[in-house]
Amino acid sequence: MSAPESKPAAVAAGAAGERHTGAVGGAFTADRKKGETLVQVRDLVKHFPITKGVIFSKQVGAVQAVDGVSFDVIRGETLGLVGESGCGKSTTARLLMRLLEPTSGSILYEGEEIANAKGAYLKEMRKRMQMIFQDPYSSLNPRKTVGSIIADPFKIHGLLPGEGERKRAVQDLMETVGLNPEHYNRYPHEFSGGQRQRIGVARALALKPDLIIADEPVSALDVSIQAQVLNLLRDLQRSMGLTLVFIAHDLSVVRHMCDRVGVMYLGRLVELASSDELYAHPRMPYTGALLSAVPVADPVLAERKQRQILVGDVPSPTNPPSGCRFHTRCPKAQEVCSREDPRLEPKEGGNLAACHFPLTDAEVRERIPTAEAQ
Amino acid sequence: MATAAREGKTPLLEVKDLKVHFETDDGIVKAVDGISYTVDRGQALGIVGESGSGKSVSSLTVMGLTRSRNAHISGEILFEGRDLLNASDEEMRHVRGNDIAMIFQDPLSSLHPFYKVSTQLVEAVRAHKDVSKAQALDRAVEMLGLVGIPEPRRRVHSYPHEFSGGMRQRVMIAMALANDPKMIIADEPTTALDVTVQAQILELMERLQAELDTAVVIITHDLGVVAEMADEIAVMYAGRIVERAPTRPLFAQPQHPYTWGLLGSIPRLDSPRDEEIVPIPGRPPSLITLPGGCAFHPRCPYVRDRHRKVEPTLEPVEGSPDHRVACLLETGTRRKLWEELQSGKRPDAAREAVALEDRS
Repeated sequence: MSAPESKPAAVAAGAAGERHTGAVGGAFTADRKKGETLVQVRDLVKHFPITKGVIFSKQVGAVQAVDGVSFDVIRGETLGLVGESGCGKSTTARLLMRLLEPTSGSILYEGEEIANAKGAYLKEMRKRMQMIFQDPYSSLNPRKTVGSIIADPFKIHGLLPGEGERKRAVQDLMETVGLNPEHYNRYPHEFSGGQRQRIGVARALALKPDLIIADEPVSALDVSIQAQVLNLLRDLQRSMGLTLVFIAHDLSVVRHMCDRVGVMYLGRLVELASSDELYAHPRMPYTGALLSAVPVADPVLAERKQRQILVGDVPSPTNPPSGCRFHTRCPKAQEVCSREDPRLEPKEGGNLAACHFPLTDAEVRERIPTAEAQ
Repeated sequence: MATAAREGKTPLLEVKDLKVHFETDDGIVKAVDGISYTVDRGQALGIVGESGSGKSVSSLTVMGLTRSRNAHISGEILFEGRDLLNASDEEMRHVRGNDIAMIFQDPLSSLHPFYKVSTQLVEAVRAHKDVSKAQALDRAVEMLGLVGIPEPRRRVHSYPHEFSGGMRQRVMIAMALANDPKMIIADEPTTALDVTVQAQILELMERLQAELDTAVVIITHDLGVVAEMADEIAVMYAGRIVERAPTRPLFAQPQHPYTWGLLGSIPRLDSPRDEEIVPIPGRPPSLITLPGGCAFHPRCPYVRDRHRKVEPTLEPVEGSPDHRVACLLETGTRRKLWEELQSGKRPDAAREAVALEDRS
């Protein structure tokens, strides 16, 4: 393995990152005293270069998809990442899986640096984390049978060489996720959307990973089917002790699934708190706006609430606003917000939020009628 | 809607026993299988259902957009008393965009990428009104301003790709409203949008509906959206309306087990976090071979033998004439079941209760 050579440098980078973030260093786990850290992410940055010219191409800018994100994933928890399109939540997921290489920053997986990992070492590390994708149609190869799709992780990692052995393992997995093991030889098109997502789950479980990253696993599914897949993920997480990073744009789904939730906006993590805290008293006005915007399936409550409408659109990530990135749309923004970039730090109630003027409880009550239900 | 009937006014739109069947190689797809509803002036009707429930096909049919050689359409569609089902293509072209306008789900694919927004809006205006290009452009700018696009005079000359998703949906709404339609059909208007943008668009639609007194039919799978937008809601399943009621009673006293299932299977911000969500077992049936009797029976926790043979019809609920449901269970039993579900019992527990009641 090439790990020993690359490790010391990377660990040093991680330590430097922690120093840079200063006060927040220890705070990412503060609200979860129990449990060890499985993944530690510090100052994670991913900029996609924008180039001009064909032969003598030069970089003219960068899409700052993820820009200085730090958080911990604790073993056995479900960590949610929410945000609107373009906030960098999927890029963060792909960085965690090392499907993308970070521009800078550190990702410690059980203390081992994987931010710059390559080759055989990376392949070895990937065994321990798996991903479930959003679209159950394009994430399964239509020309392969379900059996061989689920067996692929074994083949790739050279496990269970015997054919009978492998088939048994696959059929066990199909059973676990609620598929009929007899459908081993069927093709993806013979399954419905919900069942296909189960195939994706079975494939992710094949190598018994510690960490599963689910990127919008239910957003392509119908309401009644969505609940089936959510319950499956939750049951599996409980029975197998999985750690789940759950990425979604639907705030009610995230609340239902996650122990802790991080809110992202324009490449930054702007709030991080336990689910109970976040939904009962969001501090960052952006989180407040998100919660206020969710339509409530209760006409009485819906009539009472003062929907807080954000003006304008999300600014371009190639040229994000100075200071707090939300200041251009924030109802509470003041002059300091455009100058000083707020740190992610503990606010009243225990939430970590990056905000100069966090929401007060009175403002929360007025804008988010559902906060009282927490 | 029932109010209009009582007062003896003609409703704006009246759909009677509409059936839309498509002939395919696999058999006849009964996309819409006998639905009736009415929409009054200025009213917002929400049609809720999952994919394949027929909610889009029924509305496309109102617009005359499902006419084809393999489609068998029967029933009646009356718009201000005019028969739309038997109108000629020429007459329908006059109705579409003028009397009834439509907003589609995906604002990217429903605007032509090749033409400037100005061209597309001017065309929409001039298709129905005999005005000059300059006048039509003025109207376009006015509409863009109305839907909240900043600097409409300048932005009207942009291409669709220069707008964000939310802005494109605003352009679509501007186009739909350009000819002062009496009714707008919005088919999943916010599904492709982020939640804060969705809030913007819903707010806009509510405001315009109030200002212009336009009737709105909003088609969605999101119970939250209809709770906020609609005056009345129709729940569709397998090509039929299974429940129809004004919004408040529908959420306060839902009558159909499918509606209960829908309400129980969404995680909600207004209920305790550890509350279990209860999925509806199985999946929607094939529209080619519908289950006999009540189409929901294979997924219904309270099914009895009779439900597999007898087809329920949409009947008023005892005691509340505006609330209609297509379910074979007794009103009393349904009320009891819903109360039990409310108190946290899972459907399988309640099913035993039904069975016991049967025996006694």
